[in-house]
Order: sequence, then C-alpha cells, then structure tokens
Amino acid sequence: MGVARYFKDEKDRIQKVELQSGIEVRNSYGPQDLEAVGFDYAKDLGGPGEYPYTRSLHPGSYRSRAWTTRQYTGFGTPEETNTRFKLMISQGQTGLNVAFDLPTQMGYDSDSPMSFGEVGRVGMAIDSLADFETAFDGIDLHRVGAGLTINAVASIMLAMYRAMAEKKGFDPQKISATPQNDILKEMIGRGAWIYKTHDAVRLIGDTLEYCITDLPRCNPVSVCGYHIRESGATPAQEIGYAIAIANAYIDEVVKRGYEVDQFAQRITFNFNVFGNLWEQVAKFRAARKLWARNLKERYGSSEPKTQWLRGLFGGGGYGLTKAQPENNIMRGAFYGLGAALGGAQTIALCSFDEAFTIPTERAAMLSLRTLQLIMDEVGLRDTVDPLAGSYFIETLTKEMEQKIAEEMAQVEKWGGIVQAVDEGIIQRKVASQAYAYEKAVQDGELIKIGVNKYVMDEEDVPDVELHQYDSSTQDRQVARLKEVRRTRSDRDVASALKNLERTAKDKANVMPALVEACKAYCTVGEMAGVFREVFGEFQEPGLF
Amino acid sequence: MAAKVRVLVGKPGLDGHDRGAKVVALALREAGFEVIYTGLHQTVESIVSVALQEAVDVIGLSIMSGAHLPICEKTVRLCREKGLDEVLLVVGGVIPKQDIPALKEMGVHGVFPGGTPFAEFIGWIKEKTAGRLD
Repeated sequence: MGVARYFKDEKDRIQKVELQSGIEVRNSYGPQDLEAVGFDYAKDLGGPGEYPYTRSLHPGSYRSRAWTTRQYTGFGTPEETNTRFKLMISQGQTGLNVAFDLPTQMGYDSDSPMSFGEVGRVGMAIDSLADFETAFDGIDLHRVGAGLTINAVASIMLAMYRAMAEKKGFDPQKISATPQNDILKEMIGRGAWIYKTHDAVRLIGDTLEYCITDLPRCNPVSVCGYHIRESGATPAQEIGYAIAIANAYIDEVVKRGYEVDQFAQRITFNFNVFGNLWEQVAKFRAARKLWARNLKERYGSSEPKTQWLRGLFGGGGYGLTKAQPENNIMRGAFYGLGAALGGAQTIALCSFDEAFTIPTERAAMLSLRTLQLIMDEVGLRDTVDPLAGSYFIETLTKEMEQKIAEEMAQVEKWGGIVQAVDEGIIQRKVASQAYAYEKAVQDGELIKIGVNKYVMDEEDVPDVELHQYDSSTQDRQVARLKEVRRTRSDRDVASALKNLERTAKDKANVMPALVEACKAYCTVGEMAGVFREVFGEFQEPGLF
Repeated sequence: MAAKVRVLVGKPGLDGHDRGAKVVALALREAGFEVIYTGLHQTVESIVSVALQEAVDVIGLSIMSGAHLPICEKTVRLCREKGLDEVLLVVGGVIPKQDIPALKEMGVHGVFPGGTPFAEFIGWIKEKTAGRLD
C-alpha cells in the first residue's frame, strides 16, 4: 500500500512526514531547497523531449498522443478471451494486455497433472498455435499491439505470436508484441520462474537479439519493478532493482557483439502506482532521468530513442483492499492520475474487485472509463509535465534520484543483481520489509481507509459481484488440445522438437527453432519441456 | 529448550504470489512457532509428504489463484489417507467469504483470508494446539 508515515503531536497536527523510500517531506519548499539538493535546470530537467527526458520523451507529450490504455485481460478458453478483447477494443481501449493461466505461464499443457484445478482460471489457457489463432481472431495486429504477461516461457509465446500473425497474413516487420519476459523479477516477486538463472537470462538475450531484425516493432522485454514493489520493495528499490535488471539483460546482448543502440530501445518498463502520490510522480521522473544517463554514460548510447524510458505505469494491486471494496474505484482514479502526472506511455489499472479475483466485465470497464475520464475530462493532456518547476516536486525528484542510486550501489555490493537474486538476498529483504509493513498497518501506524480507519462491520458493506470460474473450462480446453494432437503431423513435431533441443544444447539462439516448432503445432508443454530437460530448474533460495 | 509447535506453510499449485505466505511464515516464527516454508510450486502430494516427515502440528496453505476449493479438497483427502488426522489444516489467501462454509465442511479447520490480523490466527493456533506438547 505504501502510504507515508505521519508523526503527529497531541493536537493531531502533522509534525513529520516520512515517505516509504525514506525521504522526509518538509512543511514547505522554496528556492533554497532546490539549491540545497543541487538542482540544475539544464542538467536535471531540460525542456520537454530533451535529454535527460525528466519531463517527457516527446516535446508534445500527451498533446501529441495520449497514453495507451491496456487493461489486463484474459480468462477461460481462447474463445472467451477473444470476446472480451473485442469488447474492450470496441469501447476505446487502444492496446491489449493478455493474461495467461498459470499452467501456460509455467510451461505445462492443460492436460498435465501439474495443471490440476488451474486451467483458464487466472488467464486464458494456451496450449498451441491453434489457441493463439482463436484468441486473436478478427483483431488487426498491424494496428493493435499486445502485451503478453508471460515470463519463463516468453520466448515460446513471442515465437507463437509471430507464427500466428504470419498465418493470418500480417507482416512480422509491422506487428507489435510486448511480452513481459523479465525472469529476475519473477524470482524476486511473482514466482512464475522455471529455469536456472543464467539460462533464463540467456533466453531473454535470445529474444532481444532475434527482434533486432526479425520483429523490429516488438518490445521483447518489459522490466517489471511493478512486482518487486508488490513483494515489499520501496519505490526507490523498485526503480533501482529494475534498472539493475535491465542492465543484466543488456549485458547479455552486448557480450554477443551488439551495440546498445541496436536493441536497447526495445526494452520497456512496468512500474507500480500505489502509495503516496508525490513519491510516485517523483519516482517516475527520476527513473526517466536515471535510465537516460545509464544508457548514455554507462553504455555509450548516442541514440535518443535508446535512452527513453518507455513505461507502463499502472496496476496498484497492493494498494487495493478487500475491506469496503468499492473504495478501490476511487483509489484507481488517484493511481491513474499519478501515472499520468508521471508521464506514462501506457496505463492499466487493477480493477476494484481484483483483491478477490480476476475482474468482471463491469469492473474492467470501470477501470477503462477511469483512464478515459482522466484523459478527456480532467485536463491531463493540457500541458507537458504540469508539476515541473514545483519547488517540492523538483526537490523530491532529486532526492528520489539519490535514493535510487544508493539502492543500485547496494546491489553492486551484493555482487550484482543476478547473484543477489540467485542467492535470495533481495527476496529475503523484500519479504522482511513486507512483514514490517503489515505489522505497521495492523498496528495502525500506516493508515489504510476501511482497514484501520473508518472501519465498517462487514455486514454493512455491500457485496460485490465476482467473476465466476467456469468449471467446464478444463474439459473444453483439453478437448481442443486433443484435437490439435490428433490432426498435426507427428513427424513434423518430432523433428521440430529435436531441432529445438539441439539448438538449446548448443547455446545458439533458440528463436528460429521455436517459431518452426510453433508452426508445427508443438504444445507449450512440449517446448517448455525441452528447456526443462536441457537447462534444469531454478532452486528457490530459503526464506530464513 | 521446550519443544515448539511445528507449522508447515505451503504454497500449493502453480501460483507464485508468495508475499502473503512469507509474511505469515515470518509472523509465526516471531510468535515462537517452528516454521517450515515449502517454497513455491508444490503439489498437494509433496506438501502432505513433508507434513508427515516433519511431524508438523499445523499445515497452513496460502492460495491466491482461486483454486482453493479443489486444492483443499485434495489436501483433506490425502491427510486422511496418510493418517494425519491430528494435524490442523488452515488456509489463507484470496478466499471469498461465500466459499468459507464449503471449506469448513470439507474438513478445513480454519480459514484466514488475506488481511486477517496476525494476532487472530496466531491466537487461534495457540489455542487449538495448547497442551499438545505437554
């Protein structure tokens, strides 16, 4: 939830405010504060669309183009998901953000014993290319881009997206997919990892390398500070760890002989929006500045586009509460506001019922309308970076930059991000912070409306309608899968999997072999299974 | 040193959202329990088997994926098959309140959805396990 800590006197007057990243907010700000933090207009801010892009990536920002709205969508079978996709597009949504079920995310087919009870539950089930063909039926892939929330098997899903687009007659040079494809954050937070750390990072390198020429409009990696924050990190850690992770992926490609300006412009970010509004806005502005400097100074980039931090700022899942769930609608509006004030390229909001389950159609629509309202009614497109020049915001942005730099230096001391994750150092750190946070909420030190302030009896709170899981999903999906297995060429499948295995063992780029395997209707479980055999599985470090 | 009540915190199924499980494990440890945390992606079979080997007093399952009904049903069945009749089975996570009666009916002893104060489930476990180690 990430609210600030307030220290008050006996008359309830605020004496001190401490943000989650450890920055103290003062009573008021003036020119002397900017001077104290060494604020330099040209160096720290610059004009809109000018290095270091603190204010915006483009001179016109939202005047030229509003942010993309991209609600996270997917459940049940590919047909059901396709229907919801079309509904959201018909209601003005400008991008897709695909939710996969857990078996798909973990590289198991719908009929695997490991998929027990989970087929189509938290997203749609994808077993083979046939499912992707159905899910994206009737959608113009030259016009609508698709975020794919998939990580451990992102290389497979990106290959499948290409195979599907080609089959439907779209030009691979013009399609745009954004798989999440950030395995280090899965190991820190979201937990959908499969393979050992170094092999998993190499797979990400393969996708980045492959996209340079074969899928030039795709964004193969979206580095997610988001989930790291959800797991208990502070906003400063969220950004610091994310940049360190992005650098690990960049290093993987640079060591193959590429220049950053050939590929790093395709890396995007996904950051979280819950918590103190000012802290989030300062975080986004500081992140843009630090990323630009990182590319220019550390990697010698000379191409502005490579230095742009393009981001989906959204979600806010941990800010939502089960208590008085309709309050989450208002929370979503403030989170969306923070993302827009922070200069997001894309925004998606968790829906108000997501503290319970995946959103109903009504809840998803309310989130979309919230974003459209911020865009069209409130004035967020009027002028670029409206908070720029505020003594408070500019001071806070500088202080945030300093905190993020400290977190990055700490990661270096741990031996780099890959080692820190492999050994579980960051996982233990964020877990202990999450515990401290929960204690502070339960003790009333951190205020959460409906949870520890203005609490109501549960009986007085109206029930919300929840998305109901259709228990026939698994049977229907398994029937689809059996039909694919019956009609495909076993010989083509065997030869494609053999080729994939050879490529993986040789440590060559697996993407061309994956595209061929997808086209032969190999299943996700079969392809992921080849990698399981060749690479082995990640061993989770202990909690204590 | 006095023996401690042993609690297994398990993450059954494929869901990787483990903030809740880890926070609960840390809270139980601080409250003086002996805590074993299974880590992610466990089958019900493996959780029950660890419970048996480690002779735990309590199994706590953290489920966020919505699959709590089939997972708990299977856990109850396997616990009975393995003779773990004395072990308390509790579940937490994203559990809609309308599902609580069905969980209790199938044999889950305690249901503590996300947001339950630590004191509530710690007190409950202490009360239910009181006298076990005497």
